[in-house]
Amino acid sequence: MTTRRDFVKTLSAITVGGTLIGDPFANLVGQPRKPRVGDPLFRELAMVALDAARGAGAQYADVRISNRQSQGISTRERRVQGLQSSETFGFGVRALVDGAWGFAASSRLTRDEVATVSRAAVSQARANKAAQLRPHQLAPATSVGDVEWSSPARIDPFTVSIDDKVGLLLAANEEALKAGGRFVTSNMQFVKDEKTLATTDGSFIVQTFIRSQPSMTVTAVKDGDFQTRDSTEIQPMGRGYEHVLDGKLVETAPMWASEAVQKLSAKPVEVGRYDLVLHPSHLMLTIHESIGHPTELDRAMGYEANFAGTSFIAPPADFLGKFRYGPDFMNVQGDRSQEGSLAQCGWDDEGVKPDDFLIVKNGIFNDYQTTREQALWLDWWYKRNGEPTRSHGCSFAESWSDVQFQRMPNVSLMPGEQDLTWDDLVAATDRGIGIKGRGSFSIDQQRYNAQFGGQVFYEIRGGKIVGMLKDVAYQMRTPEFWNAMDMIGGKRDYQLGGTFNDGKGQPSQSNAVSHGCPTTRHKQINVINTGRSQ
Amino acid sequence: MSKPRSLYAPAGFLSREESEAIARRALASAKADETRVIVSSGARANTRFADNQVSTSGDNYDATITVRSVFGKRVANASTNKLDDASLAALVATSEALARLAPEDPELMPELGPQTYAARPDPAQRETPTPEQRAAAVRAVTEPARAAGLVSTGYMQSNVGSFAIANNKGLFAYARGASAAMSTTVRTPDGTGSGWAGSAHEEWKDLNAATLGARAIDKAVRSRNPVAVEPGRYTVILEPTAVANLVQLIVGSLNARSADEGRSFFSKPGGGTKIGTKVVDERVTIVSDPMDPEGRGGLFTGEGLPTQRIVWVENGVIKNLQYDRFWAQKQGVSPTAGSNVLRMSGGDSSVEQMIASTERGILVTRLWYIRGVDPRTILFTGLTRDGTFLVENGRITKAIKNFRWNESPIFMLNNIEAMGKPMRVNSSEGGEGGGAVIVPPIKARDFNFTSLSDAV
Repeated sequence: MTTRRDFVKTLSAITVGGTLIGDPFANLVGQPRKPRVGDPLFRELAMVALDAARGAGAQYADVRISNRQSQGISTRERRVQGLQSSETFGFGVRALVDGAWGFAASSRLTRDEVATVSRAAVSQARANKAAQLRPHQLAPATSVGDVEWSSPARIDPFTVSIDDKVGLLLAANEEALKAGGRFVTSNMQFVKDEKTLATTDGSFIVQTFIRSQPSMTVTAVKDGDFQTRDSTEIQPMGRGYEHVLDGKLVETAPMWASEAVQKLSAKPVEVGRYDLVLHPSHLMLTIHESIGHPTELDRAMGYEANFAGTSFIAPPADFLGKFRYGPDFMNVQGDRSQEGSLAQCGWDDEGVKPDDFLIVKNGIFNDYQTTREQALWLDWWYKRNGEPTRSHGCSFAESWSDVQFQRMPNVSLMPGEQDLTWDDLVAATDRGIGIKGRGSFSIDQQRYNAQFGGQVFYEIRGGKIVGMLKDVAYQMRTPEFWNAMDMIGGKRDYQLGGTFNDGKGQPSQSNAVSHGCPTTRHKQINVINTGRSQ
Repeated sequence: MSKPRSLYAPAGFLSREESEAIARRALASAKADETRVIVSSGARANTRFADNQVSTSGDNYDATITVRSVFGKRVANASTNKLDDASLAALVATSEALARLAPEDPELMPELGPQTYAARPDPAQRETPTPEQRAAAVRAVTEPARAAGLVSTGYMQSNVGSFAIANNKGLFAYARGASAAMSTTVRTPDGTGSGWAGSAHEEWKDLNAATLGARAIDKAVRSRNPVAVEPGRYTVILEPTAVANLVQLIVGSLNARSADEGRSFFSKPGGGTKIGTKVVDERVTIVSDPMDPEGRGGLFTGEGLPTQRIVWVENGVIKNLQYDRFWAQKQGVSPTAGSNVLRMSGGDSSVEQMIASTERGILVTRLWYIRGVDPRTILFTGLTRDGTFLVENGRITKAIKNFRWNESPIFMLNNIEAMGKPMRVNSSEGGEGGGAVIVPPIKARDFNFTSLSDAV
């Protein structure tokens, strides 16, 4: 049995490990103190870490201090299922020592712990030398000095009352129930990550990332069948609470409910080949899986072979400037600059200002996603094109406790030159299926063979939508699928979609990323019936 | 080893006394009708390798406290990893402020009072392996791979940690844990062959990197230059990892409420659930037992309920569904306090015997990118990966290209021809181990491969 006295003893054991740096977040959950470049506490913590790493022999080191708040609200029909608020605060130090990496992290914020952890990163790098054949090297980067950046959020979601948020979700649920939904769930997720990065190159970067995701699922039930409709038109964004209000959940809920009901009596799809008209709310996921992932350079070089997989776009010398991804009008951009996108940032997690770059240029594969270490692997390609060998700024870590590595920027299919929309592509299609929203998805570890479902499927006959289909999924092979694209929407049709949780790495880290695109049409794609493949 | 065993001082996890002290500090400032506190802590160590050398590695320490506050029927949660007095007080205040704002939850269940938990010795492992130990394990794979002219990639992690739960009704529970997992994928330099091996254990000392490396190397060599075989329904021989990939999907579909509400495979046509109905082959029994000799399960749930041995399927018949406390009360049954251990019955056939008895079939190492297609039949899709072979006339004749499959574990478990001895596997797609999964290899008829994949 533990006595009161023991409690006091163990309590002090936790806090006497070193001098407390002091909690920079005075009023932590609701209104944390915003880190600024001028804040002496953050600078001091960073300098303790970098000095310790340099003193122990690191040629390069960076330290990330992050305070991440999350809030989740989930409701079901007429009640709240969960209200959660969480925050995690800590720091991680990465050190490059004689060509080997080490990384250590802790949530114990004392001066002693910061120095100990920083030295541990260095000694870990030394230990790793024993299993190292070639040195890790970094492409050059210069100090960006003392800089700040924030997500373009008009309303900080953490300042909006829970009452307002719950009220909005329950009102939307009520509308869905009235319109024929039997079960309704709705959610809001918010993240605010205040991140400070300091590097031995001399950069001191303070950034605040805000992400918001409202969502709803309506289920309709009849005669032993059930069908669901997700609110996939409302995508997660790197914006504030204004994004939730703009989503108009209450106003749109009846449509989602009525489409769930319509799906119950929708016609099961006949298997076969169809021309597919793919709405941006659906196509974003196909882009993510079949263009975003295979053009990650670490995958192409085999670094992710044990989990996420490799890439069919490898080795780079066989594909760069040679491989036809799709038709001439296909241009795919990597960027971290689109306003309100999930991957938007001022600088990446190794202090690089990301650039906008073309992954696919006029249908031909043109570039990979890179970090500072990876850019050097393509030195020959950049030299041939007269371009500088620089990182595209794709370094990212989910948390202070994880080491940063290459993560996907926004990867977007650029709109076509003609001013076409979903309606125009439907009108131009004689026999096809129109798909909106993301559904079930699965793709192989080299990103060749994929199967995608959706939320709603429209039968297109003679240029018109003639009814709804159900149990639709298409199977495709990436190069054939993109080369079968024969129509593309224009600027007016372009939309940004995204995901909060893209997993990669071991241990798995989550990345939030957006994908923009217009509607596209793909000729003669193989469609299966998922209700019958039993 | 002259270096300190742990990077962190104090230790990599909170003791029972430290956890209880933190919980009591939080409870002392709580004003809610009911307050529950969860304190978890741990040190995690990992090392990755690629291209026959270490790529990245990491050591980290964290401790988190979660407070759940209830006023009447209103409830909310808040968590932080700042454990100083001011932060704990602020955490409790936040949780209570959120709870006061929350609408009433008619399904809210009261906090439990003191409970009695099964006694069990803690794991011997108290510290994470050093970077040197991990680098040595890396070399046990990379050096033989390099000597064989192959390219190895992999990941290992080992964690130590603690989990404690306390409330203002007098409940307190504490458990300490440890885990270790490793997986490796070895590829041929021409990219035509790939072999995987993985394992998960209670402790780091149980992990044998050299054995895993040898298995992955053998598979990589044998899987090179695969040929295409027409998709269709085939007899399959699923290695235990692939069986786990599928059988776990059933466990994820066992929610009783979904079944009662008519939106699950376990819904009975016309109402009610399929409890008591035979749904798979009578040789199949699936059990979660926290005291399983091959997997240490949690002794209590996140609400503090003592976990029990739960029989999900017995001789092919559904015996239990997952009832939370509210739904159990509503349906007049006991809540199912299952643990994160899953064991399936087996048989006496070896994989070699399954191959020898097969005229034409496909041997599968593991499955990948498994995603739900239709919950009405627990239909999933995914692909084969890292070692897929054609069996003809009782022997493996060639490496074949990977397949996409569309299949339900329910159908697979109705088509069993033979089963082997159950073994613990590393069946999480991310290779991080997770709860103990102990399953046999299975030979089954008519597995539905729907298309070819060129991916190696």
